Amino acid sequence: MKDVYITKLEKTRAEILVSLKEQKTCITICGGTGCHAYGCLKVAKAFEDEIKKQNLQELVDVRTTGCHGFCERGPIVVIQPDGIFYQRVQITDIKEVIAETIKNKKIIERLLYVDPRTKERIIQEKEVPFYKKQKRIIFGNNGFIDPKDIRDYIALDGYKALAKVLFDMTSEEVIEEIKGSGLRGRGGAGFLTGRKWEICRAANSEVKYIICNADEGDPGAYMDRSLLEGNPHSVIEGMIIGAYAIGASEGFIYVRVEYPLAVNNVTIALDQAKKFSLLGHSILGSEFNFDIHVFRGAGAFVSGEETSLMASIEGRRAFPRQRPPFPALEGLWGKPTNINNVETWANVPLIINKGADWYSQIGTKKSKGTKIFSLVGKINNTGLVEVPMGITLKEIIYDIGGGIKENKKFKAVQTGGPSGGCIPAEKLDLPIDFDTLIKAGSMMGSGGMIVMDEETCMVDVARYFLNFTQEESCGKCVPCRLGTRQFVEILTRITQGKGEEGDIKKLEDLSESTKAGSLCGLGQTAPNPVLTTLRYFRNEYEAHINKKACPALVCKDLIAYYIEPEKCVGCLLCLKNCPVDAISGERKKVHVIDQELCIKCGACFDICPPKVMAVSKYTGRKKDRMIKKASR
Amino acid sequence: MRKIFSEFSPDQRELIHIIHKVQKEYGYIPPERISEISRHLKISESEIFGVLTFYKTFTLEPRGKHLITICMGTACHVRGAPAILDEFRRRLGIEPGETTEDKLFTLETVNCVGACALGPIVISDGTYHGQMKMREVEKVLKKYKNEKAG
Ligand SMILES: Cc1cc2nc3c(=O)[nH]c(=O)nc-3n(C[C@H](O)[C@H](O)[C@H](O)COP(=O)(O)O)c2cc1C
Ligand code: FES
Repeated sequence: MKDVYITKLEKTRAEILVSLKEQKTCITICGGTGCHAYGCLKVAKAFEDEIKKQNLQELVDVRTTGCHGFCERGPIVVIQPDGIFYQRVQITDIKEVIAETIKNKKIIERLLYVDPRTKERIIQEKEVPFYKKQKRIIFGNNGFIDPKDIRDYIALDGYKALAKVLFDMTSEEVIEEIKGSGLRGRGGAGFLTGRKWEICRAANSEVKYIICNADEGDPGAYMDRSLLEGNPHSVIEGMIIGAYAIGASEGFIYVRVEYPLAVNNVTIALDQAKKFSLLGHSILGSEFNFDIHVFRGAGAFVSGEETSLMASIEGRRAFPRQRPPFPALEGLWGKPTNINNVETWANVPLIINKGADWYSQIGTKKSKGTKIFSLVGKINNTGLVEVPMGITLKEIIYDIGGGIKENKKFKAVQTGGPSGGCIPAEKLDLPIDFDTLIKAGSMMGSGGMIVMDEETCMVDVARYFLNFTQEESCGKCVPCRLGTRQFVEILTRITQGKGEEGDIKKLEDLSESTKAGSLCGLGQTAPNPVLTTLRYFRNEYEAHINKKACPALVCKDLIAYYIEPEKCVGCLLCLKNCPVDAISGERKKVHVIDQELCIKCGACFDICPPKVMAVSKYTGRKKDRMIKKASR
Repeated sequence: MRKIFSEFSPDQRELIHIIHKVQKEYGYIPPERISEISRHLKISESEIFGVLTFYKTFTLEPRGKHLITICMGTACHVRGAPAILDEFRRRLGIEPGETTEDKLFTLETVNCVGACALGPIVISDGTYHGQMKMREVEKVLKKYKNEKAG
């Protein structure tokens, strides 16, 4: 039996490889959610139609792949095998791409990426600075794979690790390999994966479960989504290997409901895996049986916490519970359950294929391998980046990310989501791994990196996160429920200019009690955004409280908009765009904002042409002076 | 409903799957369906009600014809999502979670849809609008309003 299936797998692989060797030109179009939003599906459809119209099907393939990571530049089109990288491709460009690049092998300069520093046009994807410092061992295949076609994954050595594990390794050997790699969980806490498996393996029970946590609740992080959407089989293969090592017979992928494309692609992938006998009864002809179900979440942040997630799968409210007992011993329906994050699972086949020794050379002493970060916020090159552990923040933000938008000043980077913190400019040289981030007061979390510039108010950011945790607190334990509410109340007051002497001390005390008293990680880490902003940006709190000023000019109650008379050209643009008709003036005459009517929406600030820039924001004493001057 | 039930075994583990299905079918969870689910799964109505209200995706009220979802995730927040939300609130005259009187629009917020690179993001009936500007809010709404008029 075994030989039949392995032969089938290898035969498929060989066939695909041969067809690839024929070096047919392939137009790959990124089909991640980011590019979807830019209209990549229409671009893909237009390519297909045009190829058909010109009868080129024999020569050219069109393939929609997983996310390439450089979402800022979508829709992204890469032409293989030459690796020509076109960005921001529109439907109107398609005829030209086919006529010039496909038929005449000529590059279209206009569609190339221009390095903003050297002004050089770059032809190949791998030469683009955004990709150069990355190490894309987990995420890199996304751009070559059509996630809806298992054969693409198989061609890239897919399910080789599974065959190796099933027929050449014992469960214990698999666990040893994972332990030896030093892999730590990518879902937040960084627990050693091999160790966790070992505990679950040792648990005495006929029935065991495994879970893939794809709830990805941290706002601003989307690497799990991109992996599941773009390369679902890497996650599935990891899960099957894990199930074999632990002795589980049933698995669940818990996907958040906000990710419809991920649910869709993973469901297709599971069906296809079954057809290749990679799931179900007697996998690849071995004696191992295992199946996976998809479970859609329903919009609750706390359901990403492992014990809540299990309650949710059981069909109940996602309340967390006290640990111990840990899920590895008592999890789903009271049975031993091993839960890992999407990215953790995706690392597993690679470790089995390349070996623990190879893997553990990447990274730092205690954090091995790579980590995918979502680099977002006020940064030039937004997208997903995969880097070796131990790289510095500076390298990520400046070399890969291309620096801050509009050349503004970098202020902080927020990592770890609502449980994490803000890291200031002084720490840009910090080599990042699980432990250095904790030392800096933040944490790895699932890998969101939200870059903030001088126009981001740190008190507002703290209020934002505490408002988030307050809304998401499940309410089961009092310290979290009431603590977060009190945080929001104090922080809101401060941002409204109603801060009082002693508020900072109050925040610090509240942090202590919420940390100590909360039942689950949500409450225990909720104060982190406040604590780190207090630690690194205390002066901003003081300005809000003592001077009633918002230095970043964000907090509405503390700022005023003002049209500079000497700059205003009287173009009527702001006047027409003001939603509350608070601006008066005539063509070619200076416009004036009625401060009484102004709702501070910022429409005038946004619309005033960049050449004119007549609208300014003021805060604190300067603001009072301006208002006085204007009312005269 | 019978068709929905036929797909699921009468076990509590199917509860959330069933609610998803009902919501997809009706656009919300009609109260009378709760008792039917209760009978099928043999769990109390109050337990089902508890689950329904715990998860934000489920709604007991019919939604408007068009659903406007605004991302309030961190990446969108620092790129100006609050101002966009304010503009929708003002133009529609409703708060997040509410539906306009003419039942044309429901306004909702969500914490990150995973398209952070394009923030601030607004989704209207499944269409993503990236890098939203305040002056584009009216455009998004107008399309639907015209539809209704025309
Ligand atoms: C409030 C809260 C939310 C969490 N959300 C997630 C999540 O969205 N995704 C995730 O993988 N882990 C999340 N975790 C961590 C999980 O509880 C668990 O540690 C993780 O899934 C284990 O996988 P790992 O060992 O591979 O990291 C969350 C934890 C807490 C306390
Ligand atoms: S923060 Fe809005 S899409 Fe992620």
